[in-house]
Amino acid sequence: MVLPSPPSAPDGAPPWWRDRRVVPWVVQAVVGLVVLFLIAFLLGNLVRNLTAAGLLLTWRWLSQPAGFDLAETIVPFDAGMPYWRGLLAGLANTLRAVVCGLVGATLLGTLAGMAAFSSNGLLRGLARIYVEVIRNIPLLLQLVFWYFVVFLALPNGAAALQLPGVVLAKSGLYLAGLAEGLRWQLPQLVNGVWQAPLRLSVEFAALLTGLIIYSGAFIAEVVRGGIAAVPKGQWEAAASLGLGWFTTLKQVVLPQALRVIVPGLNTQYISLAKNSSLAVAVGFSDLYSVAETTLNQTGRAVEVYLILLGAYLGLDLLISALMNGLNRLVQIRER
Amino acid sequence: MLRKLRHELFSTPGDGVLSLGLLSLLVLALVGFLRWAFHQAEWAVIQANSTLFAVGRYPLDQQWRLWLLTTLLVGAAGLSWGLLRAHPRSDREGVLWPRNDRVAAAVLVVLALWLPFALRLHPGIQARWWGLAALLLALRWLAGRHGRQLPSKLLRLVPLIWPATYIIGMVLISGGLGMAKVPPSEWGGLLLTLLAASFAILLCFPLGVLLALGRRSELPLLRWASVVYIEFIRGAPLITLLFLGQNILGFLLPGGLAPERIWRAAWVLTFFAAAYLAEAVRSGLAAVPAGQVEAARSLGLSYPQALQQVILPQALRVALPSMVGQFISLLQDTTLLSLIGLLELLGVARTVMANPEFLGKNAEVYLTLAVLFWCCCAALGLGSRALERRLDPQTIPSR
Repeated sequence: MVLPSPPSAPDGAPPWWRDRRVVPWVVQAVVGLVVLFLIAFLLGNLVRNLTAAGLLLTWRWLSQPAGFDLAETIVPFDAGMPYWRGLLAGLANTLRAVVCGLVGATLLGTLAGMAAFSSNGLLRGLARIYVEVIRNIPLLLQLVFWYFVVFLALPNGAAALQLPGVVLAKSGLYLAGLAEGLRWQLPQLVNGVWQAPLRLSVEFAALLTGLIIYSGAFIAEVVRGGIAAVPKGQWEAAASLGLGWFTTLKQVVLPQALRVIVPGLNTQYISLAKNSSLAVAVGFSDLYSVAETTLNQTGRAVEVYLILLGAYLGLDLLISALMNGLNRLVQIRER
Repeated sequence: MLRKLRHELFSTPGDGVLSLGLLSLLVLALVGFLRWAFHQAEWAVIQANSTLFAVGRYPLDQQWRLWLLTTLLVGAAGLSWGLLRAHPRSDREGVLWPRNDRVAAAVLVVLALWLPFALRLHPGIQARWWGLAALLLALRWLAGRHGRQLPSKLLRLVPLIWPATYIIGMVLISGGLGMAKVPPSEWGGLLLTLLAASFAILLCFPLGVLLALGRRSELPLLRWASVVYIEFIRGAPLITLLFLGQNILGFLLPGGLAPERIWRAAWVLTFFAAAYLAEAVRSGLAAVPAGQVEAARSLGLSYPQALQQVILPQALRVALPSMVGQFISLLQDTTLLSLIGLLELLGVARTVMANPEFLGKNAEVYLTLAVLFWCCCAALGLGSRALERRLDPQTIPSR
């Protein structure tokens, strides 16, 4: 039953600015108007300024020849090809760095996270130091350190650092692999130049090292938190069954820890994908660095920005979707 | 001690082998590093450019303003430190110099004596640093000793010295009010790093809280606006947003209204950090039981009152560790300003190493920066943990 009441009633119905049916709508209307006004203001300026500069939105420049070359690509690209091929090559490079980084960082992070529960005090301490040191130093600083201090200081030719199947030289990282005719081939020195089936540039190697070591520290914390969330009784029960440290971890603890770990990994994977854009600092031609060159040549700031934004958002969504699928797999199904 | 060591390192043969291997690796690495640091490294690149690293190209004849600001900051720090300890607390009654403070004071004295000497600063400047350290400790001692006798009205004003110092500092740095103006393009080094980080930290906090409240609001328009903003910012790498600030902001604003490049970058950092902070605050808000709101409302508090008195204090306490985590990564993210051509610490480092005199001194410079950043970030982390303990309801004395 609704009683009609005058707005100035002393008790009963409150005045309209305290009426719970009215206030939310007023608040929303004000916020909506402010947001709309702001967007209209910014877009209006954008259109006006772009028209004045003769840079109105167009995508025709994408098919003009790029005129710059990229040092290393996995999709074929040269200076005569159009801009869109260049951006595609950049995206492919970004994807390559992200995928390799994800695999490496997950391995390193899991090992370091597990080491935090080792029975060996020294190993525990080292894992702690690794995480504390790496997390408190900016990634960009670490990347330039790896590139300029470590990788560019490597010797060339016969003096290069040689491990079984791997050669580290200033000219690149050479890995053993399958050569033509499906035979296993080790890196070899031909006339003072290393030859191998697989060659990574030092730029890529520096980027990958930096990303893996930085993200590995964060993933180690995620893994450590996940393992710590498993009740202590589980360890003790496994130990009383006679399982060793590693078997306990692998068979009993990790499967339970995974459901805590996977959502945390999602965040870390996305930030690794975004952090790969710092490749520009070590001279690796990823999507961002190609986009920057493109902008400098064409002046098409808005279009280039939209491409960048779309690509990174798409990458994030892709990782999120994959990780959500994984999350559903590792959740404990009760009946 | 020995037994503990044996238990930790050599409890099984496998552990023993592992320990020996790790120990020998550690010793090798340490010896190699020390040999490099004392025999091969040429630290002259740091010693000769210490002013550049500290303040960039800030005009020499105006640097007294920065010294004045440092003195003010040191004074405010000493005063606050002492008053915090003078304040009676149930678990620390009558202890004016707890162990942490003695350690901190000792570290401070050693740093103040050793650093200016190691950097081969001019003797006059060395003396200034000694004076500043002495001022800090003296104020700490005085405030700790006599802080309790001060009238409580005065004590309540003490927290206000920090915003006041910040505003005075901004005026001192940029000029005006009769002092010569120093344009932002001449700020650099640690000064610019700290300025950008502190500006973004201060402003992203209210913005982040508002966004978090918006995201949890029952009003669909507020909620959707917050979600779109937060996810848009979190989906893009910071470098692309800085790129947006440098290249597109000029198009978005009416001609000539776009701020100086440094301010653009600082605003981008602020808006970037606000989205991440909002997520941290949101997790804190989610941790406050719904009954708290209902209880506050049924006591007759209005929603804003309930928010301010009941919900936010609890939510922010829960969110504190992740918020400080965001602040730490914000401080680290300032290095990205060097990628858009600003001369913050890393940018200055690049210009120094481009100088033919110091070509190839990458290792020394980057290592110094790493130590500097590590100390700043670790200090923030330590402070956060101390604050957490202080705000923990179990250690707060009940009134």
